[in-house]
Amino acid sequence: MITVALDTSADDARPWIEAAAPAHPSLIDTRHVLADLYNMVNVPTVVWIDERGRIVRPNDVAFGTDTFRHITRIEAAQHLGRLRAWVRGEMAVLAEERVRALQSLPTAADQQARAEFALGQWLTERGRPAAAARHFVRAGELAPHDFTIRRGTMPIRGIDPMGPQFRAMLSEWTGAGRPYYRPLPE
Amino acid sequence: MRTDAGFTIIDDWHVTDTSDEQAAALTTRAAAAGRPVAVDLEARAAYLGTPASERARQLASLVAPDFTLPDLQGRRHSLADHQGAKVFLVAYGSW
Repeated sequence: MITVALDTSADDARPWIEAAAPAHPSLIDTRHVLADLYNMVNVPTVVWIDERGRIVRPNDVAFGTDTFRHITRIEAAQHLGRLRAWVRGEMAVLAEERVRALQSLPTAADQQARAEFALGQWLTERGRPAAAARHFVRAGELAPHDFTIRRGTMPIRGIDPMGPQFRAMLSEWTGAGRPYYRPLPE
Repeated sequence: MRTDAGFTIIDDWHVTDTSDEQAAALTTRAAAAGRPVAVDLEARAAYLGTPASERARQLASLVAPDFTLPDLQGRRHSLADHQGAKVFLVAYGSW
């Protein structure tokens, strides 16, 4: 198991990691390198990778507990059961063609958004928050479904990511019939 | 045209300080190659990213893209360190 915090500041992830004191590698990705490589647009996102380094289950949504089930409507048990069976070798993995069919691949707009995000993060690192915010906002306009950008940059822009601005963004998004979480259909 | 102030090019997180002319040439070449280019003229910086086609090709190959990232202590870890083991990769955020 490898966990990666898509937090724009390591200090945001620190208390969670210190409280969990995990035995597995627990990494920090302030520049969202992982999101760019794997086309991740929200958290949590999980990927299964086999012994040969191949993706056998693409980006999916899974939770470790049912703490937020009343909000997410996603049960932890289903994915955990599948994960256990895969790790124990008790389950056939998806056919490669099926894995490809379940993948979501990035568009030019997604990658432009990620370049805008990266420029914003570089400006943040250089102590230019006002300039950075312009690029974070532009990135969110280019990829409105990318919540690693729209919500993930809220703390660094001084916005509460659980507060009224997030709730307004969420209701605008889901109000148009678009789900906030997109778990795989199988 | 001013050239003394210089311009910063961040090419996939590799940072180079260069002249205005060189920066213009680099961003033009990157855009012509289909790369996303983000520019801030006020901050005099541009980021050159990775084209969607390249990311899509890698993901569709099903070879998990390698990455190297630090933990809280600054130790660097790579996906490649785990070859031979199943990896459950989890991205999360405090937000």
